[in-house]
Amino acid sequence: MLTELLTPPAWVILLPLATAICLAFVRDHRQAGWINLASAAGTALLSFRLPWQQTVGALLLVDPLSAHMAILTAFVGFTTAWFSLGYIRTEATAGRLDPWHLRQYHALFQAFLGSMLLALLSNNLGVAWVALEAATISAVIVVGLSRTAEAVEASWKFFILCGVGIALALFGTIVLALAATPILGPGLPTMTWTSLATAGPQMHGTLLNLAFVFLLLGYGTKAALAPLHAWMPDAHAEGPTPVSAVLAGSIPGVALVLILRLRGLLVGNPEAISPGPPLMALGLVSILLASLSLWRRRDVKRFFAFSTVEQTGVAAFALGLGGVGATFAAILHLTLHTLAKAAVFQCVGRAAQLKGGQRFTDISGLLSRNVPLGLTLAAGIVAVAGIPPFGLFTSEFLVMAETVRLQPYLAILLGLGLVIGGWALITRLITLCTGPETPNPGPAVHWTALVPAWLHLALVLLLGLAMPESVTAWFAAIAEVAR
Amino acid sequence: MTALFALIAELLHMALMLAAAPLLIGLLRKAEARLMGRAGPPILQPVRDLIRLVRKQPVIAENATWLFRAAPTVHFAAIAAAAALVPSFTLGMTTAPMSDLLVIGGLFALARCVLALAAMDIGTPFGGLGASREMTFGTFAEPALLLVVLTLSLIAGTTNLDAIATLLRDSSVGLRVSLGLAMLAIFAIAIAENARIPVDNPATHLELTMVHEAMTLEYSGRHLALLEMASWLKLLVWFTLIGTIFAPFAIGSAEYPLAWLSGLTAWALIVLALAGALALFESSIAKMRIFRVPEFLGVAVLLGLLAAIFLFVSQGFA
Amino acid sequence: MTHTLAYDLSHLLGGIVLVLSFALLYQRRLMSVINIYALQAMTLTAAALWQGYSQGATELYVTAIITLAAKGIAIPVALHRIVRQLKLHRAVETALGVFPSMVLGVAFVALAVLVVLPTTAQSQTLSREDLALALSVVLLGLLMMITRRSALTQVIGFMSLENGLILAAIGITGLPLLVEIAVAFLILLAAIVFGVFFFRIRERFDSLDLSHLDVVGRTQL
Repeated sequence: MLTELLTPPAWVILLPLATAICLAFVRDHRQAGWINLASAAGTALLSFRLPWQQTVGALLLVDPLSAHMAILTAFVGFTTAWFSLGYIRTEATAGRLDPWHLRQYHALFQAFLGSMLLALLSNNLGVAWVALEAATISAVIVVGLSRTAEAVEASWKFFILCGVGIALALFGTIVLALAATPILGPGLPTMTWTSLATAGPQMHGTLLNLAFVFLLLGYGTKAALAPLHAWMPDAHAEGPTPVSAVLAGSIPGVALVLILRLRGLLVGNPEAISPGPPLMALGLVSILLASLSLWRRRDVKRFFAFSTVEQTGVAAFALGLGGVGATFAAILHLTLHTLAKAAVFQCVGRAAQLKGGQRFTDISGLLSRNVPLGLTLAAGIVAVAGIPPFGLFTSEFLVMAETVRLQPYLAILLGLGLVIGGWALITRLITLCTGPETPNPGPAVHWTALVPAWLHLALVLLLGLAMPESVTAWFAAIAEVAR
Repeated sequence: MTALFALIAELLHMALMLAAAPLLIGLLRKAEARLMGRAGPPILQPVRDLIRLVRKQPVIAENATWLFRAAPTVHFAAIAAAAALVPSFTLGMTTAPMSDLLVIGGLFALARCVLALAAMDIGTPFGGLGASREMTFGTFAEPALLLVVLTLSLIAGTTNLDAIATLLRDSSVGLRVSLGLAMLAIFAIAIAENARIPVDNPATHLELTMVHEAMTLEYSGRHLALLEMASWLKLLVWFTLIGTIFAPFAIGSAEYPLAWLSGLTAWALIVLALAGALALFESSIAKMRIFRVPEFLGVAVLLGLLAAIFLFVSQGFA
Repeated sequence: MTHTLAYDLSHLLGGIVLVLSFALLYQRRLMSVINIYALQAMTLTAAALWQGYSQGATELYVTAIITLAAKGIAIPVALHRIVRQLKLHRAVETALGVFPSMVLGVAFVALAVLVVLPTTAQSQTLSREDLALALSVVLLGLLMMITRRSALTQVIGFMSLENGLILAAIGITGLPLLVEIAVAFLILLAAIVFGVFFFRIRERFDSLDLSHLDVVGRTQL
């Protein structure tokens, strides 16, 4: 069983974890930054080979769904490490982070990346749980690094809420194992996704329901679905920007993948409740609550964190709709949003350094003297708002079309949420980019620092303009697996 | 023959209870005094007190009605009746068919009510104060007791104490969470019913805190003797009750007089153990504020409720 | 219904863990809360040992040892130190009174029983009752987190919730990865205890400057 850890797919996980250990011993933060980037690049390269390395083992499960999410996570990890290089240098020069904190930051960044990949690629519910917990702990420490009162409070909130979430998820896991034991017998298979999938239809319905409720609550907290989202805005606002960028996409992504696999179990069982309505409800509440909250935010990072809650809600809602079409749309949406939001956070991080603050009153009128930054941010926000040339329009349109087909009445609420959210984004876009200019105490932003964000936005744009046959086939394969 | 044995057992039981009650209190006081580093009164002191009180002329307030005079007798009678119903060393005594837990609970309630009424009868502030507090506690203690009875009757299928004890002794009901919870609840109830620390302090006449003592404040002479004896007897009855329900392993049956001996030993040991535990408990904690007592008893109610709930887990709602 | 000793004892230990959860809710003094938590962890240790013996599963002994060493001894000692050194309030601050929270607690237990009861048909009694007990402990832990104000009591609520999880885990025959999960949780708990430490310093001095705390500052927690 352990020989599985030496197969190529496992390298994707082991590389960042090994780097994390090494980085803990690197004193110089410049060197550490480069090592961080190199390792993240290596991980991303390794992950691109995953679709051709599909395996089903006792520990690892590489199917289109997990491969896709792993590529996405590794890619965002890579571009963020790239972005972080310059960002951290500026922070260190400004004296906001001392060498000891920077050492922790780099090691934890890789540990976080490795744990997320492990959670995605593991075939074992227990291992995925442990990995997600490890990822949470590393993220919590990074969020609290700056040691200001707000940062500590944010990381505390993050810790406690996610801790409870993770505890509830464990209870669900245990109940699931209990439900599977009569069919699969005691031992490792009771926690393995692939064997659970075969046993799903025969499991005891009530136990399966109980497991579902707890897993949904637990992983729903991680996915920041309302009303379990309270940790997310704080963690985003107070953590270093690269972490916000990764957090925005990956943690909800991983949690949704786990919920998605769980959905498959319940759909196959005749006695179990339908997983759709709870998921749709959580999704809709997230969309509406977050899109309304967007209007009242004063902190830019917090604003975009709420936008993440909204977009994750859209994906969860689509997953709740069920069927191949909606799942296709959900995965597409999740992918595009992760890319676009990471780009937005990278720009916001730069803008905050430039303006010396991260409130809307601090950041305004970017276009007057920082044209590349302003344009990139504008493009990113337009992409997140789901406005046509970008891919998110396609995915939101698909979600909407499926809703109209399956649940016509809910389409009204969904549409309302999306319009309110998009409107808020555009309103803020106008003040951020074209409002009266605020002073620029920080160092100017060179266009090279924006290349990672451009990479993301180019991808989102490309998928919006034309979706090649092969990409469509790939997403269809994912949706098929996750059905 | 069986009926005769049952009658003998009953008489023996009553004699034992009445004789042991003052001794138990003497022992308890001695133990507590020693635990607190004092020499303490002799163990026979309660007996001497009783004799002294009986000899004295009772002083009765001018405005006292017949209720005041009758109350000690009724109070004592109720407790004594309860004592007759709770089997100590043997099951199947003459009163066994009557020894229903609800009846026992009712007798205690009667005793409490009579005393409370008498305390209010003369119209002194302390009497009314004590009565109101006592009734407040009763409001919580009685439902708790009823819940425990419910739990026991769910296990045994009857509320008859004799039958419950027989069942718990003979069949392997085993260790049950419900029984454990019920036991915790009944400890709390017993502490409140007997006016022990932390609910009430039997050794004080401090007006701010006293409950039971406030009600008997106006009594003297043989009336006081009856009330004192009743309260001592009540403690013994509770100890016996706990022993009979939760540790009926060595209790005898009326038709085998030889088995009485083992029952007697077991009973003595249980009562001594409980007395020791109570002495230790009372000397290690402080009395709680009056306002917190309902909370304390509320916990007993909740424990009783939990015990009943957990029975449903193992038995279903059938 | 026949009751074996294995059944009775594990059930009873589970019951004690639950009663201790109620005791945690009832207790108003911080030190006593910590002590009750330690007691709960020790009961859990006994339950794990007993399950390990009756199921013949060696890994449960490891779980038991971890539970005892960390949650029965190390964490309570650390918490005591924190309370003493930071001179925290010795009284538990509640957001909801003790008695209402006890009533809610019983309602939660009833809920747990109602939820688990329909699974009668297939699973064996042992798992079912343990599951009901464990779910109750989990919900009570959650309740304690909600109804208590200070960080430390919330953390203890979280840890007692976690005790419920371990209780559920040890009750299931052949649950894989038990030790791994226990260890993972341990790391989480340790991190949380450190978290309390930092959080409380902030609450108290409005800064995380460790120089406020000479003694602790030197030990560099």
